[in-house]
Amino acid sequence: MKQKLVVIGAGMASGRVLEHLTDAEPDNWDITLFNAEPRGNYNRIMLSPVLSGEKTYEEIITHDADWYAARGVTCRFGEAVTAINRDTKTVHGAGGDVPYEKLVIATGSAPFIIPVSGKDLPGVITYRDLDDTNAMVEAAGKGGSAVVIRGGLLGLEAAAGLSLRGMDVTVLHLNGHLMERQLDESAGYLLRRDLEKRGITIKTQASTKAILGKDRAEAVLLESDEILPADLVVMAVGIRPEIRLATDAGLSVARGIEIDAQMMTSDPDIFAVGECVDFNGHLFGLVAPLYDQAKVLAQTLMGDPAAFVVKDIATKLKVTGCDLFSAGDFAEGEGREDIVFRDPARGIYKRLVLEDDRLIGAVMYGDTADGNWFFGLIKDGTDIEEMRETLIFGPAYQGGGQTDPLSAVAALPPEAEICGCNGICKGQIVEAIAAGATDLGAIKATTKASASCGTCTGLVEQVLQVTLGDSFQMPTAQPICGCCDLTHEDVRRLIKSQEMKSQEAVWQELGWKTRNGCHVCRPAVNFYLLADWPVEYLDDPQSRFVNERKHANIQKDGTFSVVPRMWGGITTADELRAIADAADKYNVPTVKVTGGQRIDLLGVKGADLPFIWDDLNKAGMVSGHAYSKGLRTVKTCVGTDHCRFGTQDSTGLGIKLEKLLWGSWTPHKVKLAVSGCPRNCAEATCKDVGIICVDSGYQVSVAGAAGMDLKETEGLAVAATEQEAIDLTVAFVQLYRENAKYLDRAYKWVAKVGLDWVKERVVDDLDERKRLIAAFDLSQSIYRKDPWAEHAQQVERYQPLADLTLEAAE
Amino acid sequence: MSWIDIGAIDEVPLRGARVLKTNVGCVAVFRTGPDEVFAVSDTCPHKGGPLSDGIVHGQSVTCPLHNWVFDLNTGQAQGADAGHIATYPVRVDAGRIQIDGSVLRQRSVA
Ligand code: SRM
Ligand SMILES: Cc1cc2nc3c(=O)[nH]c(=O)nc-3n(C[C@H](O)[C@H](O)[C@H](O)COP(=O)(O)OP(=O)(O)OC[C@H]3O[C@@H](n4cnc5c(N)ncnc54)[C@H](O)[C@@H]3O)c2cc1C
Ligand code: SF4
Ligand code: FES
Repeated sequence: MKQKLVVIGAGMASGRVLEHLTDAEPDNWDITLFNAEPRGNYNRIMLSPVLSGEKTYEEIITHDADWYAARGVTCRFGEAVTAINRDTKTVHGAGGDVPYEKLVIATGSAPFIIPVSGKDLPGVITYRDLDDTNAMVEAAGKGGSAVVIRGGLLGLEAAAGLSLRGMDVTVLHLNGHLMERQLDESAGYLLRRDLEKRGITIKTQASTKAILGKDRAEAVLLESDEILPADLVVMAVGIRPEIRLATDAGLSVARGIEIDAQMMTSDPDIFAVGECVDFNGHLFGLVAPLYDQAKVLAQTLMGDPAAFVVKDIATKLKVTGCDLFSAGDFAEGEGREDIVFRDPARGIYKRLVLEDDRLIGAVMYGDTADGNWFFGLIKDGTDIEEMRETLIFGPAYQGGGQTDPLSAVAALPPEAEICGCNGICKGQIVEAIAAGATDLGAIKATTKASASCGTCTGLVEQVLQVTLGDSFQMPTAQPICGCCDLTHEDVRRLIKSQEMKSQEAVWQELGWKTRNGCHVCRPAVNFYLLADWPVEYLDDPQSRFVNERKHANIQKDGTFSVVPRMWGGITTADELRAIADAADKYNVPTVKVTGGQRIDLLGVKGADLPFIWDDLNKAGMVSGHAYSKGLRTVKTCVGTDHCRFGTQDSTGLGIKLEKLLWGSWTPHKVKLAVSGCPRNCAEATCKDVGIICVDSGYQVSVAGAAGMDLKETEGLAVAATEQEAIDLTVAFVQLYRENAKYLDRAYKWVAKVGLDWVKERVVDDLDERKRLIAAFDLSQSIYRKDPWAEHAQQVERYQPLADLTLEAAE
Repeated sequence: MSWIDIGAIDEVPLRGARVLKTNVGCVAVFRTGPDEVFAVSDTCPHKGGPLSDGIVHGQSVTCPLHNWVFDLNTGQAQGADAGHIATYPVRVDAGRIQIDGSVLRQRSVA
């Protein structure tokens, strides 16, 4: 007697079950297969090549009419099952009831639709089946623009396909980087770069507010109020297990249909398989585990023992030319360690995550050839201690003992390319060395190796060392830190010349050896990026030392000091009263007059900061940036207003300068002073910029110091007018911002480049002076604002995440 | 284990931290990657610096006062500095951070 088996859903999972079952026991089963789609099984994961035009639907059919006929499967395609009756053991479809002895639910998933207004307009589609694919192909035929919501696996495949079909595509992604579930930021950066190269626009941290349109979708409105035209909107935000039938039938359901390791639901005659299931809290979205499930289910139905176990899965993206791979777990957890490899010239990034001498996760971009080998190591839990040093180079490097970089370079053949930019091989460098080029500079000059992007500098030096042996002294130019081989100056130069506008771009293109730098390099790189690309780059507070992140100076006991600005050292009775009130209200233990002509409130509790700032704001005061690598104070003397010797309005000029320069970030702190006459009561001659007013105008001098070093300023120029004095000051500060190494005070930087070099640009070349001032103004259009006012609105940032001391002890 | 919900992961800045007050003192809750969360003692063994105010890089934090660096996995000070901070089991479930309350209790008894 044949058993009656009914299968609901002809998808990837149930297709496999039927194959196993009809292969092993062709005569034991009387099978009825329902499918809501008006067709049988096809390879759903190949819909993207169909969308892009690389394949046709016919090529991705896995089971055709002949197959079903040969296996005696009764097909009810285009007919959704609407109910399961467990009492009568029948399922109900539009074409009538069908009885079952065993029932398999394989209804897959339904795409998730974000509940924004306009979601039901024609022209808004999801991406799940052939009909969706055909709808996209048809829409693309009319050209125009498409917006894809969410840059995950599905969304990006849709975007690439639509773009290949000639649409103008924008991808909106809520997260900071694409495919954040499968990729880390570095790989996400490379993926974004490759997609942008093919003309796809990517917007991260973009949240959809509504879909606009009268009779059909016309545009997408973002939370930022930006409006993007859209003839087609593809929602690829995620999937939800299709559980409605099971819920109605009273089966046990969590996020999916709950099953045991034999794929049995809470009813012993009903089984479930595929994306609709929930196995111990696990949901599934890729086919590999579904195929395992299908095998187990077929065995269960045939009465053979089998159990499903959850395994790690690997992800690839089916977009031609975007080579990525991720597997295992590269997030969360204790005792983990990273190995990072980057090859900027070839756009390659690899990261391995180790735990207890096992590989547990891998993310790769650009070169994924070793992906399966790594995946094997992850699945098998292989002990990698022996090959740890060379692991990241893949299987080709294993088994030959440990390689040290020098012997690896020594072993390179003469035709091995060292400098990718200029196509210089090892042999050419060795020849140049033989001809007398015995240091990096000489190699650069004679062969051009490492003279372009500079990332092969380390390799060139190793060739020098291997060839010259002990007679070669590794150069003393200090790299920024252990995370990279480049100096500050090189990094600055490359950020400008290669137009790098994000941290990820710097990490990748300059071959950083860590995931996201360290406390030494990250603040520097953050500054370089914001100084060079004030509009494009967004300042990253998490790359700042605590003082700048919290806009207050941390004290040795973890409290903070608060110093409001007093423009040019001038204050009023009202301001003093507000400061006194704040001191009382927040129990400030110390109120001190600083060396910078203003008042410091010391010992404020972290959680009180937003409130004391708000109070000071209300009295018209703003942050004094007493914590920043930025403009600190402009000291002034009383000048012509009161002093019998004053020649110009030193107080007024000081205030003007402070109002112009405040808020700007600089390589190190910047302090100014303006004295009304050569008696110099404002101590202008030991500042970063000091101005002494004289009868004939303004003596502008720069590069003084009065801290760890003591140094008198050097004359920059004598300005005839106040405006010229201001222009010279701004141009000097901007030149310093554009060129100095992070944490070099102005006097140290001027000592390196020479005062003449500075004068050429700031004083002599009027066009350059103009450019510097314009660049500074542009930056200030973003940064000349009070951070306290902003942070006073973010009170929660300064409070504990939670307070468990308040919880009743259990 | 007894998991206590302490907040949404989005409430902790990426590559940043927030403080959790507990009966065993302040605990710093770090977020190092999109879904990576760690909890360690907020108090630097050197001179008591608040680690939640430090710079977070890789899976490490640098103390804001004198730049000692701690591995958030092990709590061990890195490089030449010798010191250790307590670590606490945390996990992320459906976007919520949970900390193991039983450990916090044990520590308070010990
Ligand atoms: C508050 C103040 C002392 C005072 O009570 O007067 C002060 C306090 C600090 N100074 Fe200063 N400096 C203060 C005026 C000065 C001056 C005098 C001046 O500005 O006219 C100098 C010499 C001039 C100069 O900068 O060259 C000065 C040279 C330094 C230096 C050495 C800088 C150098 O390049 O040599 C440091 C260390 C550093 O920045 O790396 C420093 C660092 C510090 C720090 C930020 C130390 C730290 O990192 O925590 C102190 C913060 C204390 C706190 O917790 O708030 N402070 N410091 C003054 C604040 C002025 C203001 O209103 O903003
Ligand atoms: C565009 C795209 C690309 C993908 N790429 C990949 C990839 O590269 N790698 C990978 O591993 N995975 C990929 N996937 C995911 C993979 O396709 C799914 O994991 C897999 O198809 C799920 O199989 P399933 O059998 O559970 O569900 P499905 O294949 O979705 O089949 C379920 C079927 O049940 C039918 N059904 C639902 N309810 C009823 C009902 N009440 N009555 C009758 N029939 C019903 C549906 O119409 C559907 O045909 C991709 C998916 C898509 C959409
Ligand atoms: S002189 Fe030294 S101790 Fe005094 S405020 Fe300046 S940094 Fe602090
Ligand atoms: S208190 Fe942490 S390093 Fe000094």
